[in-house]
Amino acid sequence: MAGGVEEPGPGKLPGGMAPFSRGSELRKAQSGREAGSRMDEFSRLSLHVPEPAVRPGDQPDFSNVKIPKAGSVPRPEVDVDPEEIRDLAYSIIRVLNREGEAVGPWAGLLSDEELLTGLRHMMLLRAFDARMLMAQRQGKTSFYMQHLGEEAVSCAFRKALRKGDMNFPTYRQAGLLIADDYPMVEMMNQIFSNELDPCHGRQLPVMYTSKAHGFFTISGNLATQYVQAVGWAMASAIKNDTRIAAGWIGDGSTAESDFHSALVFASTYKAPVILNIVNNQWAISTFQGIARGGSGTFAARGLGFGIPALRVDGNDYLAVYAVARWAAERARLNLGPTLIEYVTYRVGAHSTSDDPSAYRPKTESEAWPLGDPVLRLKKHLVLRGVWSEERHAQAEAEIMDEVIQAQKEAERHGTLHAGGRPSVRDIFEGVYAEMPPHIRRQRQKAGY
Amino acid sequence: MPRCRPISAASGRKRGTDMARMTMIEAVRSAMDVSMARDEDVVVFGEDVGYFGGVFRCTQGLQAKYGKTRCFDAPISESGIVGTAIGMAAYGLKPCVEIQFADYMYPAYDQLTQEAARIRYRSNGDFTCPIVVRMPTGGGIFGGQTHSQSPEALFTHVCGLKVVVPSTPYDAKGLLISAIEDPDPVMFLEPKRLYNGPFDGHHERPVTAWSRHELGEVPDGHYTIPIGKAEIRRKGSGVTVIAYGTMVHVALAATEETGIDAEVIDLRSLLPLDLETIVQSVSKTGRCVVVHEATLTSGFGAELVALVQEHCFYHLEAPVVRVTGWDTPYPHAQEWDYFPGPARVGRALAEAMEG
Repeated sequence: MAGGVEEPGPGKLPGGMAPFSRGSELRKAQSGREAGSRMDEFSRLSLHVPEPAVRPGDQPDFSNVKIPKAGSVPRPEVDVDPEEIRDLAYSIIRVLNREGEAVGPWAGLLSDEELLTGLRHMMLLRAFDARMLMAQRQGKTSFYMQHLGEEAVSCAFRKALRKGDMNFPTYRQAGLLIADDYPMVEMMNQIFSNELDPCHGRQLPVMYTSKAHGFFTISGNLATQYVQAVGWAMASAIKNDTRIAAGWIGDGSTAESDFHSALVFASTYKAPVILNIVNNQWAISTFQGIARGGSGTFAARGLGFGIPALRVDGNDYLAVYAVARWAAERARLNLGPTLIEYVTYRVGAHSTSDDPSAYRPKTESEAWPLGDPVLRLKKHLVLRGVWSEERHAQAEAEIMDEVIQAQKEAERHGTLHAGGRPSVRDIFEGVYAEMPPHIRRQRQKAGY
Repeated sequence: MPRCRPISAASGRKRGTDMARMTMIEAVRSAMDVSMARDEDVVVFGEDVGYFGGVFRCTQGLQAKYGKTRCFDAPISESGIVGTAIGMAAYGLKPCVEIQFADYMYPAYDQLTQEAARIRYRSNGDFTCPIVVRMPTGGGIFGGQTHSQSPEALFTHVCGLKVVVPSTPYDAKGLLISAIEDPDPVMFLEPKRLYNGPFDGHHERPVTAWSRHELGEVPDGHYTIPIGKAEIRRKGSGVTVIAYGTMVHVALAATEETGIDAEVIDLRSLLPLDLETIVQSVSKTGRCVVVHEATLTSGFGAELVALVQEHCFYHLEAPVVRVTGWDTPYPHAQEWDYFPGPARVGRALAEAMEG
């Protein structure tokens, strides 16, 4: 049996009725005098299950993603009453327009030199991803997760933070490390689980950790770290510190309870935290509508908590930086949390274990209306006369060379199945500060 | 009911019969398919299980066949998945939900332990909770600490939950149909390293595909395997090995390699437990090795050893030995130093024989 499925068509509610007819039915029902007769007028219920606009084989369609003109969204004062900027949760703050100009009230915060550095970080991250994906295919690591298309989010955000601030990242924010000049070789040592792996082989590839670089250890579970970011920020406030925190989550994981816990704690205690939602449209095979539900946007989730919520073009380095800086200023001024939704697109697979052609059109990324963050910043810098096609091509080659050099250095210390590796002792150490006797016995039984 | 078949050289579907060779993934899918076809109250949902058919493809094709109100994608919220399943069960449906990895079940633990497990008891049967929570479990895929865990003891410790861990496609299908038809909540742990073949711990060798293994033979239609019945995988007289899931195949390999005449019991159900089969076997052999992938301390092996001690004390000729994962989080790079493979099980067999 087919399960009685109704595909909602255009202008139709899931029950198969036009909105007007349901409305009139409702009015009719409300005007009914007797409960008994009213009941008879209700139609049978049906379950609404959201579906993406298109599937493999269909033409990509992002007509539902409304893109406001660059520069059109106002920039409020950081001490604005959140109630006055509710509309920002439904718009998209953009700085770079189609021509590559930086326009509007959120523009003008970064120097050419800073922008060139930003471009370099994004290119570095992209080259790093390309090499590590290849290394995974070559069996040098078990697993990898790339950032393709999302480089601006973490690279630009990092520049709005200061030394000492703390990120609680997910697995797709390596730009936080790259843009803080964390050594690529260290990242690769972790990915290769080699003898110099900072995590001693214990963690999945890309689950980096670096307190010195404001990068909390990634767990690999979802949403758990979001509420921890709020706790870290509360601690900073308890100790009258000046440091702030940033939590990271994907669109899909906002469905987890920890997301909602984070918002209520941040709201109640006005924690100095930036709550980032990276909406890259896809949670493995699940389109963002499943987690978003009837909420207009993910940013709008903040409104019910009284948290100022901004939505930003996640493929616009300048806009990401501007919004992150606004939120960081609010936090530093003790004005409390800010929720930011980065509207972006996951161009690649979720991970090396995923094949997106099974659930979305192959050419969907080409139709993504917010473009490529690297090409957009490049165009802006060329327009400003501080960059050129030639210099870009040269930089691409130099950056790739730099990544390859780092990879060679890392590989000298081993890869997952070859060369130097962490000790078996590392399995047993670090469970507790002091190894309890039962684990020591087990280590000895293992022969170490 | 068909039992284990003799080894046949044929691979794949045999024409003119109702038996096909299935992977454990296909067997699990077939169980849901058969159940959904027989009973319109059976619904299937979880993360990525709808259109895509699950990250391990266990639900592939079910949405197309039964419609998206009976097989659908859930938001990434394990507490939401289990909580709504409980609500649906209270209404009268029979939800069979997927938690993408057993390691992700913790947000649902409150719903499972304080709600699903106790609804019948606290309402004196006014409400019941016939749900199945499927979850891929165990290591062996370089999944690190968040894709390798074996949390079965966290469920067996909860009164009101049933816990099932199959080790073959045939059992997986029959047990899953039983679980779906069961009036109480069943935790159905699928050893992901067995999805494609009977992995015996020899990671350096390719695994035999289920399509070339007699235990991959699975009837197309409806059949059940009772929850609470163990299966003896190898008859023997020297020592009893109690195992479940992946470790059944590791134990069989260790037995062959050491030449020790072990009787290998595949529990299949942890709760309820087939104590009778255990007691009969240990009373016969006088020796016992308990094997599981999960960590040692307070693991299910502790319960098994206690029961053996209570029921077979005067038959025991040596201390019972446990072989388990070490008491640490599951490491990534040192996977094969952590996984209790055939060499470690073999040493334990020898130890049990010497004592």
